[in-house]
Amino acid sequence: MKKLPKVDVVIVGVGWGGGIIASELTKKGMKVVGLERGKERKTEDYLMVHDELRYAYRYELMQDLSKETITFRSNERIRALPMRQYGSFLIGDGIGGAGVHWNGQNYRFLPYDFQIKSKTIERYGKNKIPDGMSIQDWGITYEELEPYFDKFEKTAGISGEENPLAGKRSDKYPNPPMKTTPSMKMFIDAAKKMKLHPYILPSANLSQAYTNPDGVARAACQYCGYCERFGCEYGAKADPVVTVIPVAKKTGNFEIRTHSYVRRILHKGGKATGVMYTDVTTGEEIEQPADIVVVTSYVFNNVRLLLNSKLGRPYDPSTGKGVIGKNYAYQVMRGSAIGFFDNKEFNTFAGAGALGACLDDYNGDNFDHSNVNFIHGGNIAMTQTGLRPIANNPVPKGTPSWGKEFKAQSVKYANRTLTVAGQGSSMPFRHHYLDLDSVYKDVFGDPLIRMTFDFEEQDRQLAKFLATKCGDILKEMGANRVDININLGPYDIMPYQSTHNTGGVIMGNNPDTSAVNNYLQMWDAENVFVIGASAFPHNSGYNPTGTVGALAYRAAEGIIKYHQKGGSLA
Amino acid sequence: MSNDEKTEGRAKEKTDVSVSRRNFLKKSGYVLGGVLAGGVIGSLLNVGGKKPPLANPEQPTSAPSDYNQALMYFKQDQFRIVEAATERIFPADDSGPGAKALGVAFFIDHQLAGDWGFNARDYMQPPFYKGEAVQGYQGRLKRREIFDIALQEMQNYSQSKYKKGFVDLTPEQQDAVLTAFEKDEVKLTTISPSGFFRILRSATIEGAYADPLYGGNKNMDGWKLKNYPGNQMAYMQIIDKDEFAKMPPKSLKDHLH
Repeated sequence: MKKLPKVDVVIVGVGWGGGIIASELTKKGMKVVGLERGKERKTEDYLMVHDELRYAYRYELMQDLSKETITFRSNERIRALPMRQYGSFLIGDGIGGAGVHWNGQNYRFLPYDFQIKSKTIERYGKNKIPDGMSIQDWGITYEELEPYFDKFEKTAGISGEENPLAGKRSDKYPNPPMKTTPSMKMFIDAAKKMKLHPYILPSANLSQAYTNPDGVARAACQYCGYCERFGCEYGAKADPVVTVIPVAKKTGNFEIRTHSYVRRILHKGGKATGVMYTDVTTGEEIEQPADIVVVTSYVFNNVRLLLNSKLGRPYDPSTGKGVIGKNYAYQVMRGSAIGFFDNKEFNTFAGAGALGACLDDYNGDNFDHSNVNFIHGGNIAMTQTGLRPIANNPVPKGTPSWGKEFKAQSVKYANRTLTVAGQGSSMPFRHHYLDLDSVYKDVFGDPLIRMTFDFEEQDRQLAKFLATKCGDILKEMGANRVDININLGPYDIMPYQSTHNTGGVIMGNNPDTSAVNNYLQMWDAENVFVIGASAFPHNSGYNPTGTVGALAYRAAEGIIKYHQKGGSLA
Repeated sequence: MSNDEKTEGRAKEKTDVSVSRRNFLKKSGYVLGGVLAGGVIGSLLNVGGKKPPLANPEQPTSAPSDYNQALMYFKQDQFRIVEAATERIFPADDSGPGAKALGVAFFIDHQLAGDWGFNARDYMQPPFYKGEAVQGYQGRLKRREIFDIALQEMQNYSQSKYKKGFVDLTPEQQDAVLTAFEKDEVKLTTISPSGFFRILRSATIEGAYADPLYGGNKNMDGWKLKNYPGNQMAYMQIIDKDEFAKMPPKSLKDHLH
């Protein structure tokens, strides 16, 4: 195997996590190599991006599933089978990773999230946590993480206004909120009338031209309506390619190698020595030695790479021992309602990925849970992300899904519906986890990651609760008809729900119950840092990227410290 | 009113809300003051004096031959079944054209000829097992193979039930055949009838509303049904306005410089 000269740091995957780490470390003079399995991406690629079929329905920016996928089963009694086609979530690929195709909805998790177990017990007693629910504190508080939230928001240029029900901020958002559309105004007015606390959704689509602290200038969002699943041709949506990656490159200390698929972390005596990767254009296997290995390849590949490398202790659901693969969680997205307005037409074809208004009255522990059969909650939002015509065929419940009536109704209501949706949190359970599949392999012959997951009573109760609240708001907004999606059903891998997969390499303050400390440094290998939503011990009722960004900045600080002094940072 | 007349009527509507990328750039006058240009604006500003093709509403639109309307995959009898079936899924009515006039069957034909028809980006490795419903498609057949089998079975079912081929059935009989597939009332061992119906239905919607470059949504008439403006570069001017903004749609062709 070809062995390359050693570098200070090797990064596995160049998305938000990898880009943030690269920019911070290279600014300090460290030599960093970024290995990215996919291809180069740049803003100029998106001049033909307003193509709903190619990007939203043929998954142009996503991982090629013919080469690699995940396998899925609802529980351990069922045979896991491969996710052969896209559905429930979308896995990013290429420079920028999933950071290219996000909507830009950028939240901070709540103070409650970081101390969820102790705060739940403190307020409701330990019987409030049902058997098997494996929530735990994160080993860090909101106050400790606050400076890093602030830093990420300034890098990305978040446009927003104060959320009255969130943790305390050290500074306001770097940009004013996005424009207020007529439907957002309706939502805000209705929510205020109901004594709720609406605010404009914090957005990584810039409300105005902005130059960030690293000197990167970007143009304002044009509300073109093509964000999620698409790249931004204006560079207005913050993504790693237009923020952190150019900063790292400019130092001269960052080398990106695309088409380089990292397959193993090489290690000896509890420390990594580098990585082995395949140049996918030639098939050659190459060793890249490094002092520090940073794993930033999304939840599934973070877990898979550790397990395939036999690094860390694999999680065993029968004993609850081990940590790699533990606490896989997701998002409860079905709690929503759609309002049909017969006498109004909205410009909902226009929009931006993070344009909207929302409220947190039913999120976290912002309300009393004494009389409900679930903990936590979810953000409720009315977004205007741009309704595109293949996806947007709203019909009242009971309408056939094809034929004359379907066509008439879907055409009639194309610009006459508004959706208010809950983004439910997802609690971990002892029997929800990731491990290696024993049958199905990727294109290299390595085992695929296997997901064992289903919705629980907690999720069903939460979805029903949020859906009802969403319906109430739409009624107050004056909809002629409101259809409420109250039944969550079992977890189904096919309908798209959310690309907010979390857990598997979770953080904490105890090596027995977590894989990484609060600098995302592995307990079992001090020169390996594992970054991403894989570090979340549970998922909150928010989009995860703001919290991923904050944790990445904290990890960068930790890596710099470790580079200077060595040893465990905990 | 013919489709041509409709198109012309739309084109005459006020178009000042629609902003081309070039106009946006000129008007906005961005100065890239930072060290690094995060966006594409800089390279766009270098585009020379070429003007974007402007639709001239006064010029009579003679319809040239559409060379895209030929078959890449289907045999002609298959094509006719798909054309008839998709028209039932998305029929012409007072609001505008149906699947047939929109070219949906050509769209499906062209899609089956490429990556989608070959399931090129799907995981198709064995072993194959029948899974739970929540595990999604677990078959070994590719979409083009599913179409081959399903179209033959639609024909067989039509013959056995009505003694006629699908294309020769009345619209009500065609609906009954499609419903029998949708509800798995047809018993097949090779493919899932409802699975096929779901593919056919979603491909019909895609063909009605995808950019016309793919062969469906002919003349952007699918978009016009819904007053969807296609892909405009910017909605800054209308995003916070109360009144509904009607504008003639643009396709990706308008953005090729």
